[in-house]
Amino acid sequence: MSLRTLEGFKFSTLKTPVHLLDPRTKFLIVIAVVVPALLFANIYVMIALLLSQVPLLVLGRVARRWALSLRAGVFLSALIFVVNLFTGSYLSAIALTLRFLVLLTSFSLFFMTTSPDDLGLALDRIGAVRWLSRKWLGYPNALSFTFTTAVRLVPTLAVDAQTVVDAQRSRGLELDKGNLLKRVRNYIPILIPLLLIAIRRSLELAEALESRGFPGKEGRTSLFQLRLRPVDYAIIAFSLVVIVASFWIFFHYKIPVL
Amino acid sequence: MIALEKVSFTYRSGQRALQDIDLNIDGGDFIAIMGENGAGKTTLAKHLNGLLRPSEGRVLVDGEDTRKVSVARLSRKVGLVFQNPDHLLFSETVKDEVAFGLKNFGFTPEVVDKQVTRTLEALGLSEYSETSPFLLSGGERKRVALAAILATEPDYLILDEPTIGQDYRQKERLRNFILQLYSQGKAVVMITHDVEFVAESNPKVILLSQGRIVARGQADSVLSKDELVKKASLVRPQMSRLFSELTKYGLPGDVVDVHRARLLLEEKLSEVKVRVP
Repeated sequence: MSLRTLEGFKFSTLKTPVHLLDPRTKFLIVIAVVVPALLFANIYVMIALLLSQVPLLVLGRVARRWALSLRAGVFLSALIFVVNLFTGSYLSAIALTLRFLVLLTSFSLFFMTTSPDDLGLALDRIGAVRWLSRKWLGYPNALSFTFTTAVRLVPTLAVDAQTVVDAQRSRGLELDKGNLLKRVRNYIPILIPLLLIAIRRSLELAEALESRGFPGKEGRTSLFQLRLRPVDYAIIAFSLVVIVASFWIFFHYKIPVL
Repeated sequence: MIALEKVSFTYRSGQRALQDIDLNIDGGDFIAIMGENGAGKTTLAKHLNGLLRPSEGRVLVDGEDTRKVSVARLSRKVGLVFQNPDHLLFSETVKDEVAFGLKNFGFTPEVVDKQVTRTLEALGLSEYSETSPFLLSGGERKRVALAAILATEPDYLILDEPTIGQDYRQKERLRNFILQLYSQGKAVVMITHDVEFVAESNPKVILLSQGRIVARGQADSVLSKDELVKKASLVRPQMSRLFSELTKYGLPGDVVDVHRARLLLEEKLSEVKVRVP
């Protein structure tokens, strides 16, 4: 299940109108979806938010991979639904499950259509990020680099995870065997190697970076420059309106579940 | 017997990894699968225990179609040792690590204990039995991974790049071990780039290139052919290169191992002695 979900967050190298949008624009789209999704636990709002992303998924030619990740997210959705049934009404359980799907979709759309390199560039351009990075880590671009690396690691880790699963299955491990407790324990032989691989890799990465002079001096330039096009400005304006409007409605009206 | 019949495999990404592979692996066989990076060697190995199932054609393990049987069941017969031990080591001690497969297959604690002790001894790992596998060196971890599979005594042993990171002594040990296994009637298949290792052991060689078998035969006949070896991005063994330079003196061109080279050279040198007293 987990591997299929990761598939829906992997960047695909396509040149669709969605891929060509500025990463900052796309991130603002995510915020414009996430803000109303978190502010209102209303079924209609959730459905509207879900549907509003379909054109982008189709335009970005990632709809099929999104469907895959959604199918893999069924288990978690079911879990959310059941847990919320116990704590609230069935309507709110539906709304919260839909909220999970909305969040899954918006982040999945973002990561499938934004290259990690673009993302790093975008973060590096944000003054607040540079300021925080200097304050915490001592260098202005360390934080954006950390983020890019983390995102970069996801597909690599997914490949590793598949190999670990294969290796343990070759030793007779059957993941979907036994009762619930046994099934959870079945994942220990998968998680430990994966964790160690990740730690080992990050230590090696740190050494490789240092031996190549990272983080360098202040005022580092970059080969590629991000530029906002008129489409970007239009979408940014629209997204800002949605965000502000969401807050305004949230503070002035009470939105019921249905 | 493992029989691959017209096996083709295409990854979900659309990448065609294997095409029309016909191959039989029998007890007592020692087969080396060689080829360039991305030739499909590991993909082929994963077909042998059902981790991957052919897109076309079929794989039969002792008559059972891998599409119809679970990996766990096939793994009792087909032991697949992965290239990187870090992908499978997770236990607190080497002993537990080796016992993991045995326990999965449902052996009794006595049998598990006996097998673990025997395997660790055979691979020179006894002194580490209570050590954490993560404290061992790369080469030792690799041997623990091998032990973890060997302990279950599979009829077919598939080794993915077993010589990487092993020093000469360990390679010799591995060679003897493989020899012992296939003379006991087990099948050993190794995926490797290690031309010298293959030349010295003279197994059957399957040469893969771009998902197809481009040559098969005994190591000395395959590895001494320049155009074949180049096709698979390999280099001929040193002995073969030397002997192809020496063909003008009437020596055969298909010599790849030291032993045969020595016999031939001794013979040639004794002739020289006779002519010049």
